Amino acid sequence: MSAIETKPVDPSTSSGQEKYTKKDLTADHPTWCPGCGDFAVLAMYFKLLEERQIPHEKIVGIAGIGCSSRFPYYVNSHGAHFIHGRALPFATGISISRPDLHVFVFGGDGDAFSIGGNHVDHAARKNVKMTYVIMDNFVYALTKKQTSPTSPLGFRSKTDPTGAVDCPINPMVKLLAGGATFVARTSAKNPKHMLDMMSQAMNHNGFSVIECLSECVEFYEGAFDKADPRKGGEFKEIPADHDVTHLESAMKYAYAPFPGWFGLFYKVNRPTKNELEAEINKKAQEKIVGQSPTQILQAMLDKLK
Amino acid sequence: MSTISEVSTLTKSSNKSTSKTRTIKDAVIRLAGNSQDGIQAIGAFLARLAGRSAQDVMTYMTIPATISGGPSIFQVHIGSGDILSAGDEADFLVAFYQHSYENHITSLREGGILLYDTDHVKPNLEDKRFHYIGVPISGATVEAIGGTGRDKGKNIFTLGLIAQIFSLDTEKLEKLIAERFRGKDESIVKNALMAFHTGYGYHVGDVLETFKFIPAKERLGHQVTMDGNQALAYGLLAAGVRFGAGYPITPWSSIMEILRSELPKYGGTFVQTEDEIAAVSLVCGASYAGNVAVTGSSGPGISLKTEALGWAVMAEIPIVIIDVQRGGPSTGMPTNVEQSDLNIAIFGGHGECPRVVMAASSVEDCFYSAIEAVNTARKYSVPVVMLTDQSLATRIEAFTMPDLSKCMQDISPKFEPVEENMLPYDDYEDGIARHAPPGTRFLPGTYPTVSGLEHDSAGHPTGSPKIHQAMVAKRRRKLQKLAEALPLPKIYGPHGSGVEQANILLVGWGSTEGAIREAVDALGDAGEAPASIHLRFLNPLPNGLEKIFAKFARVFVVELNDEGLYGNGQLCTILRARYCDPKIRSITKIDGLTFKVREIIEAVQNYLKGSSKS
Repeated sequence: MSAIETKPVDPSTSSGQEKYTKKDLTADHPTWCPGCGDFAVLAMYFKLLEERQIPHEKIVGIAGIGCSSRFPYYVNSHGAHFIHGRALPFATGISISRPDLHVFVFGGDGDAFSIGGNHVDHAARKNVKMTYVIMDNFVYALTKKQTSPTSPLGFRSKTDPTGAVDCPINPMVKLLAGGATFVARTSAKNPKHMLDMMSQAMNHNGFSVIECLSECVEFYEGAFDKADPRKGGEFKEIPADHDVTHLESAMKYAYAPFPGWFGLFYKVNRPTKNELEAEINKKAQEKIVGQSPTQILQAMLDKLK
Repeated sequence: MSTISEVSTLTKSSNKSTSKTRTIKDAVIRLAGNSQDGIQAIGAFLARLAGRSAQDVMTYMTIPATISGGPSIFQVHIGSGDILSAGDEADFLVAFYQHSYENHITSLREGGILLYDTDHVKPNLEDKRFHYIGVPISGATVEAIGGTGRDKGKNIFTLGLIAQIFSLDTEKLEKLIAERFRGKDESIVKNALMAFHTGYGYHVGDVLETFKFIPAKERLGHQVTMDGNQALAYGLLAAGVRFGAGYPITPWSSIMEILRSELPKYGGTFVQTEDEIAAVSLVCGASYAGNVAVTGSSGPGISLKTEALGWAVMAEIPIVIIDVQRGGPSTGMPTNVEQSDLNIAIFGGHGECPRVVMAASSVEDCFYSAIEAVNTARKYSVPVVMLTDQSLATRIEAFTMPDLSKCMQDISPKFEPVEENMLPYDDYEDGIARHAPPGTRFLPGTYPTVSGLEHDSAGHPTGSPKIHQAMVAKRRRKLQKLAEALPLPKIYGPHGSGVEQANILLVGWGSTEGAIREAVDALGDAGEAPASIHLRFLNPLPNGLEKIFAKFARVFVVELNDEGLYGNGQLCTILRARYCDPKIRSITKIDGLTFKVREIIEAVQNYLKGSSKS
């Protein structure tokens, strides 16, 4: 292995397979409830992959635990279903050791903002190259309606029968504060917008993260009506004149009360962890050009004679 | 045992007409001071010198858990024959402070020599059990080096004194000192050598004997001198590991420090993560991606890693987890030794969670066990927990230079396209999953998912009772296959002799091997018929141990943990459960220190006495 090259995936390295379609990318039929927002995310992911045609074997889908995290089973690509909250460190291990792969991570608000909250900050701060889609439904749905870290105050759940009392996490503020280099927000109710965000995220060289409001029709119906024009709400897109490299300005949009803004909040280029490690390796190897691993280790042991 | 043994008649010293030089086989030197005094450096010089002189050496140190300062000792056991343990008692004690003298004079054997710093220590010279050498170590060092260094350098001055008293090879020591300070200011090397020469030339008095080690037998090839954590890290590099992740914790940290600076040379990466869970998760990810990866920790960190370890068992992803055991539970005793993680290593985690557990028995074995851990993980597609401990991590030994041409491995993934529909978790006879890492093209077009949910042969989740039953059996079966393939441990008799007559068997694991073997030697000298075995694989145990046990009337399992609620240490409990043999008895202690040979002998003798009465 080597962490030396961090070039974006080049479709021309494809192993010569036929162009693949949605059908080729489809695996198990989702077990999500009818009407779940996650179907739209899956559909747009298929669409994105169909458009890009990166080599089939270079796609890797990773997830933690939750309804949304069943994602890898529904996609016919390399994929792994890891443990609750730790999909990002798992994906980090893949991304850094295998720069030839394109790593996608899918998960929910529990993974991202509760049990795995710290990993989000550190994947962001390290700027590990991957794309992370957080399907946020403001509720723990797989376990059948408990309060989630993004449930609004007053939300009645089985763990808060009289209404949630803990201040919810503001995902955009957290992601920006964590140092993510690509932060966007979209909604499953607006697939076209979602595809645009996913596409831009995939192009980003670094840690790209999208919060996608994805309604749970079973346990929190109507949660996102205020952001849905068809339900009398408003899907407010961040104005075109917003400078996406300006953190304070992005923060201003992030702090807007629900339903808030949609679109690309922030995008900057900062060296990725992948590149920085590759640089360290390059420097470490300058002095030992042409030496085999055996020679390198022998030299080390010789010092201990 | 560790007494300075007379092997030849007294001879006239060549350089000091008034003193005698006695030839000795081995010596235990204990240096007691504070941790910032550089006593570890003296110890390391002595250990390395022994390594370069083809002598055997073993060290033992304690370090305070405080950030800087605090009492600390470094003990070096050097000898021209086999050195198995760091020695129960010191032959020679160096005390830098009054507290060093007071706390450690009891570790000096009767007839032993105390070398003390007259500027700080006032020993009870009336105590005629010991010989005394008083040297104004601090003052003489300041005098020798001068300047603003105060008594910095007194460790090197003391090394000079020791070199004088033990007739050490000054040329080799000077070379070691020069190498140690190479790259620093020239004046530092100069001062160090000056301190060394002043100590070497210091007139320590007319009454003193000096000593000379009998020359060691020629050894094939060179010796290397290092501690257990170094050996383990280099073993991992030789094994072909090119990815790791970890979080700093004592005494694991130096392994991650070495890998962090060494791996880039090999094109690999070591990532310092935000926490222990992230570390093991990165490693699961990297291993899934085809590069068998390593993480490790100590104490609390191991507890934190168990959930992801369970995932690797379930998903059948090979990873290596190093557990440098320390005192527990909770934060426990970070700089002390225990073998109290055997249970968590074997059983830690929820559900039926079979994984491989092995333990390294010496510094040299750390190197080779690391390679074996990696290969076992790969072969059986299973996590391997490798146990070492604080004493092994910090112990310095000299051993034969590994032959890298024989042990270097390239385990980088191959991405041969998969021709036929390959099911990762099919019900293979050997029970081992077949993984092809991402980047591998699956020609039939169906790609695998790797899952922590109970899954069918393709990796897709299932709640089928039948499949769960079969999959649990499959994950167990592969370790049963491993148990079949494991060699039985060799039986050690007194001084390496035959064991035909033996009727007492000591069973050990991990860092206690040397002390147990010395106990076997001593029990043999005392007229008993003892032998010992040392287990490298603890889960699964090798098949056929019962055949070994059958040869002995008594079996004692010796380990550094508590006797537990039912009177048996952790391995002993497992062996009793496995073999239902009441003759298997437990010898444990849990004071945070390594076994003294005497403690093992006494425990065995107590059992023997107790049974002769009944």
